[in-house]
Amino acid sequence: MSGQTKQPFAWHGALERNITLLGVFAFIAVLFGGIIEIAPLFWIDNTIEKVKGVRPYTPLEQAGRDIYIREGCYLCHSQMIRPFRDETERYGHYSLAAESMYDHPFQWGSERTGPDLARVGGKYSDAWHVQHLTAPRSVVPESIMPNYAFLAKNELKVPDIQAEIKTLSLTGVPYTKEDLAKAAADLKAQADPNADSADLIKRYPKAQARDFDGDPKKLSEMDALIAYLQVLGTMVDTESAAAQEHLAKEKGR
Amino acid sequence: MSNPDTYQNLRQFADSWGLLAMVIFFVAACAWPYRPGGRKAGQEASTMIFEEDDHVR
Amino acid sequence: MVTVISRAGIWLVLLLLSFAAMLAAKDSGFAIHMGVFALAALIGLWVSISKPDYSRLAKGLGPKALADNTRYYDDVIRWGVIATVFWGMAGFLVGLVIALQLSWPDLNLEPWLNFGRMRPLHTSAVIFAFGGNALLATSFYVVQRTCRARLAFEPLARFVFWGYQLFIVLAATGYLLGISQGKEYAEPEWYVDIWLTIVWVSYLAVFVGTIVKRSEPHIYVANWFYLSFIITVALLHLVNNMAIPVSFLGSQSISFFAGVQGALVQWWYGHNAVGFFLTAGFLGMMYYFVPKQAQRPVYSYRLSIIHFWALIFLYIWAGPHHLHYTALPDWAQTLGMVFSIMLWMPSWGGMINGLMTLNGAWDKLRTDPVLRMFVMSLAFYGMSTFEGPMMSVKAVNSLSHYTNWTIGHVHSGALGWNGMVTFGAIYYLTPRLWGREQMYSLRMVNWHFWSATLGIVFYAASMWVAGITQGLMWREYGADGYLVNSFADAVAAIHPMYVLRAFGGLLYLGGAAVMAYNVWRTIAKGDIRNEAPLYNIDQNRDADRPLTAVPAE
Repeated sequence: MSGQTKQPFAWHGALERNITLLGVFAFIAVLFGGIIEIAPLFWIDNTIEKVKGVRPYTPLEQAGRDIYIREGCYLCHSQMIRPFRDETERYGHYSLAAESMYDHPFQWGSERTGPDLARVGGKYSDAWHVQHLTAPRSVVPESIMPNYAFLAKNELKVPDIQAEIKTLSLTGVPYTKEDLAKAAADLKAQADPNADSADLIKRYPKAQARDFDGDPKKLSEMDALIAYLQVLGTMVDTESAAAQEHLAKEKGR
Repeated sequence: MSNPDTYQNLRQFADSWGLLAMVIFFVAACAWPYRPGGRKAGQEASTMIFEEDDHVR
Repeated sequence: MVTVISRAGIWLVLLLLSFAAMLAAKDSGFAIHMGVFALAALIGLWVSISKPDYSRLAKGLGPKALADNTRYYDDVIRWGVIATVFWGMAGFLVGLVIALQLSWPDLNLEPWLNFGRMRPLHTSAVIFAFGGNALLATSFYVVQRTCRARLAFEPLARFVFWGYQLFIVLAATGYLLGISQGKEYAEPEWYVDIWLTIVWVSYLAVFVGTIVKRSEPHIYVANWFYLSFIITVALLHLVNNMAIPVSFLGSQSISFFAGVQGALVQWWYGHNAVGFFLTAGFLGMMYYFVPKQAQRPVYSYRLSIIHFWALIFLYIWAGPHHLHYTALPDWAQTLGMVFSIMLWMPSWGGMINGLMTLNGAWDKLRTDPVLRMFVMSLAFYGMSTFEGPMMSVKAVNSLSHYTNWTIGHVHSGALGWNGMVTFGAIYYLTPRLWGREQMYSLRMVNWHFWSATLGIVFYAASMWVAGITQGLMWREYGADGYLVNSFADAVAAIHPMYVLRAFGGLLYLGGAAVMAYNVWRTIAKGDIRNEAPLYNIDQNRDADRPLTAVPAE
């Protein structure tokens, strides 16, 4: 410091001269907001946990979800129905917190360039999805969605499904040991019409096992993506008494 | 972690003492430049970036 | 000699590691990225071996002739200005392409150039590549000038620049290859996140190191904003990207967070990427370049301090306004809304502070196109920081959320505020960094100004109309009590708005192309276009040097 400029600032506030202090205070300031706002939510778990029907994704659904993320579907499609009359009539019952509790990461989205997909499962046939993904404008003339014909051509390649299921369980998704051991077999069985899927469905209730893409011989990326789309929003029976009771307690919307 | 009271306690802290501490710090930080002599210090600081220029008042 | 060997050794180890990882990769995307890493390490190795002056080393001297310590270290800043212009052009171009894809979907070329892969390319290119390089370059320029000290840790500063470019290349190629962790504005996967963390910590070290060795007792307020930007972005990046890799030899990872918690963490990150990357950092720019270009001190230095504390205190809370009426608990939504509305005040305080700096010099606006750029950026800052709080009100948000109104809002901030203030800074820096008297053409700056401004008007107006149209059509009921419109009806209805938006983008890109030519001509040739003169500030290059290093004469 040059003595010349130091003089008039000698009594100056410590904050404006001390880089460490300035940095620390700025850090504290931003940390406060983050902690107070976010931290409590990690203890709120127990209030969103007990909705009947929510289960981890099957290996095939999870693989389809990875394709959904890879293609950036979340950039145009939300998965979060708000509790407004028009939205619930258009898309179905509004989304519950519990329905995305095993979504690592969440896919609520921020934009509806295309419609909401939170409850798209079961709304359309598999054949419709294949046609729509291959050439969207052949079924919805106004659509501006890109073509995804290559999904049917690409064989589904998951580097290591068991490792993925294992990693998911590390973050708190309740897969059983059996789920983990049978992950690779489950992945194939769900889209194979000749495989015995009874065991899969027992471990993953309401899972739909069939050939999805219209080509039973091939396990394609299209199979996985449609398996994922068809399960969206179908796990919780929103009409059941238990769900209604839970909904009555969920406040704030 | 799973103690249901933790959530309530954290919430309570957040909208009582936590909030108060933040407000006090914030008000102090905002009041700081208005302390006696603050105007002069501010003026000197704001003209500092022109020290190498000789054509600015 | 020891440093040369250890540096080369680090690069060699990195080269071997990434090459091995490439061979053992579990998926092709990871293999390609490890190949890029290996290539970067190879270049690093080559530079660290070929650059030193070995004849000097043999004599036991340092590896290079000592740098001129009586001057600021501006190499990195020069690269940064060029990188800003380059990535700006790239990002605007991709933006135009995806705008056209939304107008005419046949322009999607599956699989690599589909909208879903191109959009993160656009957002990352403009925010992190264009904006990030602008922040790197200007922060290094401003911190040296306001501290009257040469940049600390010069080799580290070079690493920060090139490491950041590598981050950009990895992120951009990753999106097209389909590598994404599925979080908006935080798409890069775990290994790219780790790389960015290393670069960012180095950035913090260079910035703080320079402040520590300053010759001015007071830390100028621009540095406060820059510092809070660097620190907070580090915090946001680390928390939001917490994930477990599925394999250390594969690109995929699983996020720590799911569902409600994931949503809140993501938008805490997402909104503060706006608040600290695109606002605090750029305000640092504003607080230096606007006074310098206006040749007047900032209107109220005391207001700028309040602006600083209020901004960083309030912004961090505003994230939940992205999650109104979702499954997020009500108290968090309300908190987000209240703080967002409060944010209006410091934002406008800052805008007024910037604009009033021109008090008594408004006449300069007539003749100085660079100053005009700064003023327009402040006007857009004011506009979007009014629109933002308004849209965070739950009642408004119920209509605007999920529509193109949000897109319009973001772009009036990004194109208007971030873009314009960056352009102004580039026009300020280019002649000074390359020792030119002025830009090749100030008239071209003027063309750029009008083209960009008109482009933003087309963009914001069309998206505003499109958004409100969507919002109203989605909720329209007929007399029969049924919804009137299918979703596809609303898509068809806004087609003309999509086309107008693309036209606005074209104007903006055209203006930037004029800038690119102007900057290139100034750097490469340094001549001045034969044109009617406009206002230009005389420079005093001799006085532009660190304080301590002036040798006694």
